[in-house]
Amino acid sequence: MNQAIRNAWIAAIAMFVLIFGALSYVQVIGADELEANAWNKRTLLQNYCNDRGAIIVGGTPVAESVAADESCAFQRTYTQPEPYAGITGYFSRSYGVTGLEKTMNKELAGNSDQQFLDRVGQLFLGNQPKGASVELTLDPKIQKLAYDLIPDGRRGSIVVTNPKTGAIIAMVSKPSYDPNLIATQDPAAEAANFAELNKVPGINLNQNVSGPTGALLAPGSVFKLIDTAAALNSGKYNKDSILPNPAEMSFPGIQYKLPNYAGGNCYTRDTATFAFALQQSCNTPFASIALDLGQKAIADQAGKFGFGQDFGDQLKLDSAPSFFPSEPLDDASLAQSSIGQRDVRATPLQINQMTAAIANGGVQMQPNLIKAVRSPDLRPISEPKPQVLQTSTTPEIARQINEWMVSVVSDGIARGAAVPGVKVAGKTGTAELGNGLNNSWFTGFAPANDPQVAVTIVMESVDITTGAQLTSPNAKKIFEAVLNK
Amino acid sequence: MTPIDPTPKPRRNIELVLLVLALAVGIGAQALVGVDQQKAFDTDFWFQSSLLAAAALAFHIVLRIRAKYADPVMLPLVVALNGLGLAMIHRLDRVGEDTGNNQLRWTLVAMGVSIAVIWFLKDHRILRRFTYISLAVSAMLLILPLVPGISAGEILGAKVWIKVGPMTFQPGEIAKITLAIFFAGYLSSNRDLILLAGRKVGPIQFPRFKDMGPMIAAWLVSIGVLIFQRDLGSSILFFGLFLVMIYVATSRISWVIIGVALMAAGSFVASRAFSHVALRIDGWVNAFTPEVYGREFGGSLQIVEGLFGMANGGLVGTGFGQGRPNLVPFANSDMIIASFGEELGLIGLFAIVLMYLLLFTRGFRAALGTRDAFGKLLATGLSFAIALQCFVVIGGVTRLIPLTGLTTPFLAAGGSSLLANWIIVGLLLMISHTARGPVDTTPLAPGDEPDPQKVTPAMPSKPAAAPGTGRNSPDAPTEAVKL
Repeated sequence: MNQAIRNAWIAAIAMFVLIFGALSYVQVIGADELEANAWNKRTLLQNYCNDRGAIIVGGTPVAESVAADESCAFQRTYTQPEPYAGITGYFSRSYGVTGLEKTMNKELAGNSDQQFLDRVGQLFLGNQPKGASVELTLDPKIQKLAYDLIPDGRRGSIVVTNPKTGAIIAMVSKPSYDPNLIATQDPAAEAANFAELNKVPGINLNQNVSGPTGALLAPGSVFKLIDTAAALNSGKYNKDSILPNPAEMSFPGIQYKLPNYAGGNCYTRDTATFAFALQQSCNTPFASIALDLGQKAIADQAGKFGFGQDFGDQLKLDSAPSFFPSEPLDDASLAQSSIGQRDVRATPLQINQMTAAIANGGVQMQPNLIKAVRSPDLRPISEPKPQVLQTSTTPEIARQINEWMVSVVSDGIARGAAVPGVKVAGKTGTAELGNGLNNSWFTGFAPANDPQVAVTIVMESVDITTGAQLTSPNAKKIFEAVLNK
Repeated sequence: MTPIDPTPKPRRNIELVLLVLALAVGIGAQALVGVDQQKAFDTDFWFQSSLLAAAALAFHIVLRIRAKYADPVMLPLVVALNGLGLAMIHRLDRVGEDTGNNQLRWTLVAMGVSIAVIWFLKDHRILRRFTYISLAVSAMLLILPLVPGISAGEILGAKVWIKVGPMTFQPGEIAKITLAIFFAGYLSSNRDLILLAGRKVGPIQFPRFKDMGPMIAAWLVSIGVLIFQRDLGSSILFFGLFLVMIYVATSRISWVIIGVALMAAGSFVASRAFSHVALRIDGWVNAFTPEVYGREFGGSLQIVEGLFGMANGGLVGTGFGQGRPNLVPFANSDMIIASFGEELGLIGLFAIVLMYLLLFTRGFRAALGTRDAFGKLLATGLSFAIALQCFVVIGGVTRLIPLTGLTTPFLAAGGSSLLANWIIVGLLLMISHTARGPVDTTPLAPGDEPDPQKVTPAMPSKPAAAPGTGRNSPDAPTEAVKL
């Protein structure tokens, strides 16, 4: 019996050896990995009351830490909360962090590798830890203008970039919110505000991505630019090709018929050139191109323009990848998807990237939001340079599409975007939501011969007239403001 | 081997010194918590500390009178653990919460009951008379939480609580003790029967089917607890308790094999058939997937937050009051190990786990030392239960095994658990008293048959190896039956 008791004791000791091992793993060996986990609020909370770096736009902080009372030395404050909420995100004790506050947390908190020596200095001099400030590429005037151009109560996004550098000039969306409400140190107010804000349709603070980088929307006719690039790239079509332009397209075996766009002059011809089809945004020529080239050709071209890619790493802002279906589609679905309906979804940022690539001679630049990261003594820690992301199409094809897009504004249905004295290139899109409302798009750039700015506007759930008023004419205002006309 | 000292030593003075150290640990921790909250050494502190010290000293004095040969290390170990638990629970109290004082009240009650057990029971062998009564009491205790009117209903997915006035109580904790008494009594009486018969398969002798009755019964109890009370932790604990006791009673590894096979089959079926078990396992395996982490019921948030806390503590910990253990749900009960890990670090947790290791080792020591089979079985079962409970809890918190709702003995907030564990310590102390003390040659009062010879008929009369010494040093062989 005693031998059995000893064996039982050995079994108990064996269990404890496992416990010692598990504890050592969690607390020492695997601790770094756990500390780095995105869900781990402790690292954040440790820095919660420190002097965090500011987020600066045009020389003025939009997010900064200001001295507060003794219990928590610094309070995070957003000086222009709503227009910048989608970019700064919020810094909350209970609900964590989003936006740049999250993605640039290491720099803002002063914990990045480049700031190691600063930290050592702070340790010895006994100074308050201070984070680096982050300067953005945004233009505060354009950001404000773009934000005001979306009427209150509407859902919509505007993205303005420099196609040559990839720098983001403005990026806004509505509805927006005031991050100060959830950066407060009063836990009860914080919780109440968080719940209240989440009740607003279109705001979901639990989601990391939303608005320009996260809203996945049917792109409608702006997707036809990708069909055009795919067609020219295939070699089967050239700039003078004559495309079929029936009033509607039928498919064997099903009732559904794909109609042409009713708003323009498509009905006047039963064949079309690329120029005409783009100007009037006819559906059937592009559907026939897609059926001719096949799903893979369209999907590949979409991929070269950025579909399926996550721009989050380059942008330093969480974003959602856009998608064109990869699983096999039947003819009717492929035809609908090729005109930006049914199974294809894109973020406003993606449509802007596509437009910028066309503007920049087929070369797509990395989207970039960070101009510089500076240490507290204003020494630059990093200053990202413009970088090529990928080649989306050839310079010739880009130039050809550019030319056609100019005619869309000069002679087609995007006339509202025209700026006197400047060659503007553009394309509109109207994605039907099936309830009589549409997602209304404009995407374009100017000046067409030397593109300085690419503008993408989308208004969600609007009727045709409102959509037309809120897209092309607003693009005109942004072009004028950026180009100082 | 060192020469054996012929006279048994009570070692009560050593216990007193260790007890002072243990109180210093517990009260010191309490003081550190007070310093952090800027109310160190106020009247509350002195009042609470002196209550704890007085209770510990009272316990010590009772041992001097009633069980002077009892193990001198156990009481200090338990007082230190209990004191640390009090300090941590007090530290985790948010504004307006008073779990700390409630825990102190329960500690005093539990110590009082444990003292009473030692005072009135005098000899653990008397418990053997209550073998079948224990079985009945166990059954009653386990059924109580399911009886409408008494049951406190389903709390956090498990039905293990009953209402006692304004409080809730977990009778399953006490059932742990009564089941151990039943198993010890039953197995010490019937081990020969179970031993003699059986078929040999290779080197392993398997028992007869009809001798497997108690095994099946224990298995059914465990499965019943799992199904009806939805308490995976207790289910494992009861079955593990039974398994180790039948192994010690028979020294046959075949029992363990059959038991583990039954347990494996039971857990497999349970993981398929019962969503609460499946959720536990899913929360363990896929703890770091977003949908499991965010799930409202049976999600892994608790365990993942616990891991974050322990990682934050690292090697040396943040210090009392400097971490954020309250980010972990149930930081003062199920997850108190994570709270200690965060604030006292790996070093602190190692110290705590070593205290448990010493505690159950002293329990096994008592099992080796005592001469009656009933005492051996009871001490082994109770000691192993402490070890197993620690393993299930700490293994769960560290994600070594799925997390179950067992309490950490002496540390976690909860009156039932404290009461049960203090009674267990009382019993172990009594058994260690007979193990370490001089051989008691006086028979029990008339009617008390459990003379060692009768308890285990195969035992030879008196330890023949040491004639005339009339003693049994802790290191002397006490093996009466060679199996």
